Amino acid sequence: MNALELTDVRKVYKMGDDSEVVALDRASLTIGSDEIIALIGPSGSGKTTLCSIAGGILRATEGRVVVAGEDISGYNEKELTRFRQRMVGFVFQSVNLVPFLTARENLLVVDELGQRRGKAAQQRADELMEELGLADRAKNLPSQLSGGQRQRVAIGRALMNDPELVLFDEPTSALDTKLGEQVMDLIRTEMKRRGTAAIVVTHDERILHYCDRSVHITDGVLAA
Amino acid sequence: MKLALREMRRRPSRFVTATVILSLIAALLMLLGGLLDGLIQSSTGALRAQQAQAIVYSSTSQASLVRSRIDPDVRQAIEQLDGVTAVGGLGSAQLGARVPGNGPRDLADVALFGYELPPEGVPEPPADGQAYADEILKADGVAEGMTIQLGPARIPVEIVGFVKDTAYNGQGSLWASAATWRSVLAANRPDAQLADGVFQALVVQGDADIAGRIDAATGGATESLTVDDAVNAIPGVTEQQSTFNQIIGVTIVIALVVIALFFALLTVERSGMYGVLKALGARSGTLFGGVVIQAVVVTAIASVLAAVLMVVLDALIPPGSIPLQITAVRILLSAALLLVAAIAGCLFSLRRVLRVDPASAIGTTV
Repeated sequence: MNALELTDVRKVYKMGDDSEVVALDRASLTIGSDEIIALIGPSGSGKTTLCSIAGGILRATEGRVVVAGEDISGYNEKELTRFRQRMVGFVFQSVNLVPFLTARENLLVVDELGQRRGKAAQQRADELMEELGLADRAKNLPSQLSGGQRQRVAIGRALMNDPELVLFDEPTSALDTKLGEQVMDLIRTEMKRRGTAAIVVTHDERILHYCDRSVHITDGVLAA
Repeated sequence: MKLALREMRRRPSRFVTATVILSLIAALLMLLGGLLDGLIQSSTGALRAQQAQAIVYSSTSQASLVRSRIDPDVRQAIEQLDGVTAVGGLGSAQLGARVPGNGPRDLADVALFGYELPPEGVPEPPADGQAYADEILKADGVAEGMTIQLGPARIPVEIVGFVKDTAYNGQGSLWASAATWRSVLAANRPDAQLADGVFQALVVQGDADIAGRIDAATGGATESLTVDDAVNAIPGVTEQQSTFNQIIGVTIVIALVVIALFFALLTVERSGMYGVLKALGARSGTLFGGVVIQAVVVTAIASVLAAVLMVVLDALIPPGSIPLQITAVRILLSAALLLVAAIAGCLFSLRRVLRVDPASAIGTTV
C-alpha cells in the first residue's frame, strides 16, 4: 500500500480583496510505503502547503488525499485531529520541544494528548530513546541537550504513534554540515528500519543523497 | 491536564505573581466578609438568640423595638390563639453603664433587655436587680459579681453571669427581669416609661406559620415577623449587608479581570507551543482544559494562603476591638466565588486557544 497518494490537489487561499492565491496547483504525488522523498523548492513555492495537506493539518480545496489507504479529503477538523494522532509524525523546523518537559516526557506527550495507551506508550518511549541513543538523556530538559540531541528527541516524538508517514520540515536547517549529515543518516536508518515513508522538505542540496528521490516544486506546481 | 500541572511544578516562578496578587484579593474578600459577618453578628445577636416562631411589634413601629408598644389586651388575644404555646414580653433600653474601675466618662454601651422567655444560651430571668451580661462587655471591664450603674439615674444592677452572642446594635446586652428593665427605663427615660404589663415586643412560640395568623387575630394592631425577618428589619442591617456585598462584588470582578489578563497573556505566549501540540493531535478542549486547571490551582493556593492569613489576623486582633468574624463558611464561600471568577476569567482565553492554527507549527502556510 502506498503511504501517500495525492491526486490533482489544489489549495487556493482567498485574500481580503477577493483575489485568489493558488498555493498548490493540481499536484499529484505518490509515495511508496517506505520511500523517502526530498521536497525541494524556493520559499513560497508551496512546499509547506503540500506537507500540511499530506499531514492532515490543512484541507485541500480540491483533489483527493489518501494516506496509507485512508481517504482524508472530506475530513472535518475533528477527524483530521484524530487522523494526525494515529497516522502521521511531524518534525518541525525549529524542533519545538515542550521546554518544561524532559526528553522522555516530550515523547510521551504525544500519547497523553492523543490515544492514551499508558504503559504501552511508556515502553515505546523507552525503546525509542534507546534506539536514538538518548537513553542516558531521558531525564534532561531540552535546554540541557545539544542541538543534535534535541533533533533526535523530535524524531522520537514523531515516531511515537508508529506513523505511516513522517513529515520533516527542514530538519537540517539549524545544524552544521556534519551534524546535518548525522541527523539525515539517522532519519534514513530509522525510516528504513520501520518501513515508514517520509517527506523531507529542504533547501539543502547536500542531503539529497539520503533520500530515494527528489521532487521539485515551483509556484505550487510539482515536477519530478 | 498532566501537562498543565507539570508546567506549574517545573516553572512555579511563572505563576508566583498571579498567585500573590490573587492571595491579596482573596484576603481582602475574606476580610470584607469577616467584617460584614462581625458587624451583623454584633448588631443582631439579641434577636437571633430568640427561640420563637414570631416576634410581634405594634403595627406602626416599623419593626423597631424603641417605637413599638404592645398592650396587655393585645397580648391576651395572642395568647388565646390556636397554635400558640408560649408568649413572652420583651423590652429594651440602650444606655451608658458605669463600670467600677473605669473613669467617670468611660461609659460602657449596653442594651438592657427585660425578658420573660429565655433566648438561646440565656438562663431564666434572674432576680430583680440582677442581670446576665454578654461576654463582649468583658472588654469594658465588666466581671461576674460586679455591680454596674445604668444610665444617668445610675440604677445599680448586679452581674450574675455571662452569655454569648447576644449583642445588639454593636452594644453588649444585659438580660434582666421585666421588672428590672421597667424600673431602669422609668428612671432614665421618663418619656419612654411603660406601664406594668406593657412591653415593646412579644416573643411567641408555637406553630411555624403563626406569624401571619397573629396579625389577623389582633385586627392589624401588630406586625409579626419571623426571627430572620426581624433580624433583617433591625435598622442598618440590610444597608450594611448591601454595602458590603457591593464591595465584595467589585472585588470579585477585579479578581476575574486579573485572572483573565494573566491567562490571556500566558496563552498568547504559548500560541507557538499550542500550534505544535495541535499538529501532534491535541484537541483545543484539552489545551483549554489545561488553562482552566492552572487557574483553579492558582486560585486554590491563593485561597489557602489568604485563609491562613485571616486566621492569624483573627488571633492577633484583641477581642472586642474590631468586629471581625472569621468563619469556615465565609472562607469557603469566598474561595468558591473566586473559583467561579477564575473559571469565568479563563473563558476570555478560550477563543484564542481555539484560533491557534496547527498549520502555524510548520512555518508559513503559503
